[in-house]
Amino acid sequence: MPAEEIDRVLARRLLATMQLIRAFEEAVRDHFAARHIPGFIHLSIGQEAVAAGLASALEREDYLYVTHRGHGHVIAKGADLKRVAAEIFGKASGYCRGRGGSMHIAAFEVGVLGANGVVGAGLPHAAGAAWALQLQGRPQVAVAVFGDGAVNTGLFHETANIASLWRLPLLLLCENNGYAEFTPLSVHAAVESVAERAAAYRLPAWRVDGQDPLAVRATVREALGRVRAGEGPALVECLTWRVRGHYEGDPQRYRSSTELEEAVAHDPLRLFAGRLRREGLLNEAEEAELAAQARQAVAEAIAYAQEAALPDPASALEDVLYQPSGAG
Amino acid sequence: MAEKRYVRAVNEALCEEMERDPAVCLLGVDVGAPGGPFGATRGLQERFGPQRVRDTPISEAAVVGLAIGAATLGLRPVVEIMFMDFLALVMDQLVNQAAKMRYMTGGQAKLPLVVRTQTGYRDSAGPQHAQSLEAWLTHVPGLKVVMPSGPCEAKGLLKAAIRDDNPVIVVENRTLYALAEEVPDGDYVLPLERAAIKREGRDVTIASLGVMVREALAAAETLAERGISCEVIDLRSANPLDLQTVRASLEKTNRLVIAHSATRCGGVGAELAAALGEEAFYMLDAPITRVGAAFAPIPFSPPLERAIVPDRTAIIAAVEQVLAP
Ligand SMILES: Cc1ncc(C[n+]2csc(CCOP(=O)(O)OP(=O)(O)O)c2C)c(N)n1
Ligand SMILES: [Mg+2]
Repeated sequence: MPAEEIDRVLARRLLATMQLIRAFEEAVRDHFAARHIPGFIHLSIGQEAVAAGLASALEREDYLYVTHRGHGHVIAKGADLKRVAAEIFGKASGYCRGRGGSMHIAAFEVGVLGANGVVGAGLPHAAGAAWALQLQGRPQVAVAVFGDGAVNTGLFHETANIASLWRLPLLLLCENNGYAEFTPLSVHAAVESVAERAAAYRLPAWRVDGQDPLAVRATVREALGRVRAGEGPALVECLTWRVRGHYEGDPQRYRSSTELEEAVAHDPLRLFAGRLRREGLLNEAEEAELAAQARQAVAEAIAYAQEAALPDPASALEDVLYQPSGAG
Repeated sequence: MAEKRYVRAVNEALCEEMERDPAVCLLGVDVGAPGGPFGATRGLQERFGPQRVRDTPISEAAVVGLAIGAATLGLRPVVEIMFMDFLALVMDQLVNQAAKMRYMTGGQAKLPLVVRTQTGYRDSAGPQHAQSLEAWLTHVPGLKVVMPSGPCEAKGLLKAAIRDDNPVIVVENRTLYALAEEVPDGDYVLPLERAAIKREGRDVTIASLGVMVREALAAAETLAERGISCEVIDLRSANPLDLQTVRASLEKTNRLVIAHSATRCGGVGAELAAALGEEAFYMLDAPITRVGAAFAPIPFSPPLERAIVPDRTAIIAAVEQVLAP
C-alpha cells in the first residue's frame, strides 16, 4: 500500500493496539514465570498484527470466537484490560469470575463469545451465531479465529460446508503460524495452503501477510464486504510467526536457532513502526510515547488484577445451571 | 384431550412451542421436508419454513456446535440426533462445550438448547443403534437428561425442555412411538425434575426409567395377581434425579428395585442406589436391587438381544428377591 494512502490516525491506532497486546503478554509472561498466575499460558507474541488488523475491521457489535491463544483478539476487540487480567489471575472480578482463565476467556460485552480449550471446537459456535444473525435479520457478522492445526479437525470441514451451503454471515480467520503445538505444518497438513482447502467448499479465500496489520485489515474488510452483502462466508488465512513456545515453558527444542531468529526478525511491531517512521507518519519520540502508554495501561491492569479479591469458594457451585430465580 | 401416539405428541410439542416462540427452531438430518426419520417433525417445515426447520448434513458435531452458538444469541434450537448411539459423535460439543458454557463464562452465557434423540428396546436394531447411554450424560454437571416413558411425558417434558434455559437432552424411545394414550391438548408442561408415581403400592418400590416404566407396570400387574403390591415410579429425569419422591415411597415400602434398559454397570441406577444407600439406609429392609442390561453390546438376533436386555420377567424376579425372607 503506497504511503499516501496510509491514514495516520488509523496507523497509530493499529500500532497502539499491537503495543498494548505485546506489553500485556510480556507482563503475563513474567508474572506466569514468577508463579503469580496459575495454570498454563499460550502467548501470541509475534502474531499481534492479526488481532489488531482483524479487530480494526470489525464493528463493536460483531461477534468473535477465539482460541487458546486469544489474549490479543480479546484486547483488540476492546475488552476491559483490568477484567482480562483479573480473569487470567483467577480473580473474582475477572470476566468469567475466575472460572475460565487464559484459555477460556469470554467478554460478552464486547462481543467475544468465547475462547476454547478444544482445538476447532469454537468453529461451529461462530457458524451458529452467524445462523442466528441470519434468522434474526441482524446486520452483524460472526468471526471464528482458529489456527492452522484446527484446519485438520473434522469440525473445520463440517462447519465450512454448512456455512457455505447456508450462506452464513461468517468469517473464518485462520492464524497460520506454521505450527500446531510442536508439529510443523509440513508434518500435519497434506495441503500447505489453508486458503486452498477452503476452495473445496467454494469459500472465497485470501492469503495475507499476517505481520502487516494494514494488509490484514484491508483483506478482512474486503472479505467482510462480501459477507455483509449476504454473499455467504469467506476465509482469510493470515501467515504469521509465533515467537514464544506453544505454551510458556516450552523450550522449543523442535525449532532451530535460525528459525527462531527469523521469527523475531518478523516482529510485526518493529516492522510496522519502522515503516511508519520511514514514511514520516511517526517519529521515535512518538513511538516511545505510544509504547509508554501501553505499558502504563498494562501496569494498571496487572496491579488491579494482583490486588483483586480471589473468588469465594462458596461461589464455586454457582452458574452450573441457569436458575431463573437468580439463586445461582 | 384426545388419544395420541407418542411420536404425534412429540410433533405437537414442537409445533406448539414453535408457534408460541419464534426463537424455537429445529435442526437435524432429514427433519425438514422428509419430516424426520420417524415422523416427529412431519409438517413442521411446511408450516414454519426452511429457515426454522433446517435439514442439515450428516455433521452431528457441527450441528450441535451450531445450536450452541445460536442459543448464545437467543435462539432456542432443538437438534435431532437420529440415534442415541450417535451422541458419541457430539460428546465434545455436549460435554466440553454446552455443559460448561454458562459456568466457564462466569454466567455470561445462557444456553437454551435441546437435543432430542431416541433409543429403542428389543427391536433388533443391533449393537450401534440400540444403546441407552444416558449415564454418560448424567455424569456431567451442566446437562439435564429426561427420558419420556409415554405420550404424555413425550409432550410435557419436551415442552418443558424447550422452555428451559439450560441444555436438555430428551431421550425418546422409538419402540414407544406408536403407543397411543390420552394426551392433553395445548399447554401441557411437565416439570423436568419431578418423578411421577405411576401406580401406588405398599410392598416394593420400583423406580424405573424410560421404556422400563412400561415393563415395571406390567410386572406390577402380574405381581398384584399374586398379592404383591408394587409402587411404580417413573423417574422421568435421569438428571437431576428426584430422590425425594423415591425416598418418600421407600418410607412406605422399605424395599427398592431399580429398572432401566441401560447397562447395569455404571448406570443411572447405580447412582440412585448409592445415593439412597447413603441417605435412606435405615429405611431399607432388603438390599437395593438393580435391573439393567448385562455387560455386553446389544446383539442383533432376538434371542441374543433378549438375553442381554431385561424385561418385566427380570423385574418380577428382582421384586421376589427383595421380598424373600
Ligand atoms: C482437540 C484437541 N486436540 C489437542 C489439543 C492440544 N493442543 C492445544 S493447542 C494445540 C495446537 C493447535 O494448533 P493451532 O490450531 O495451529 O493453533 P496455535 O496453537 O498454533 O495457535 C494442540 C494440539 C487440544 N487442545 N484440543
Ligand atoms: Mg498454529
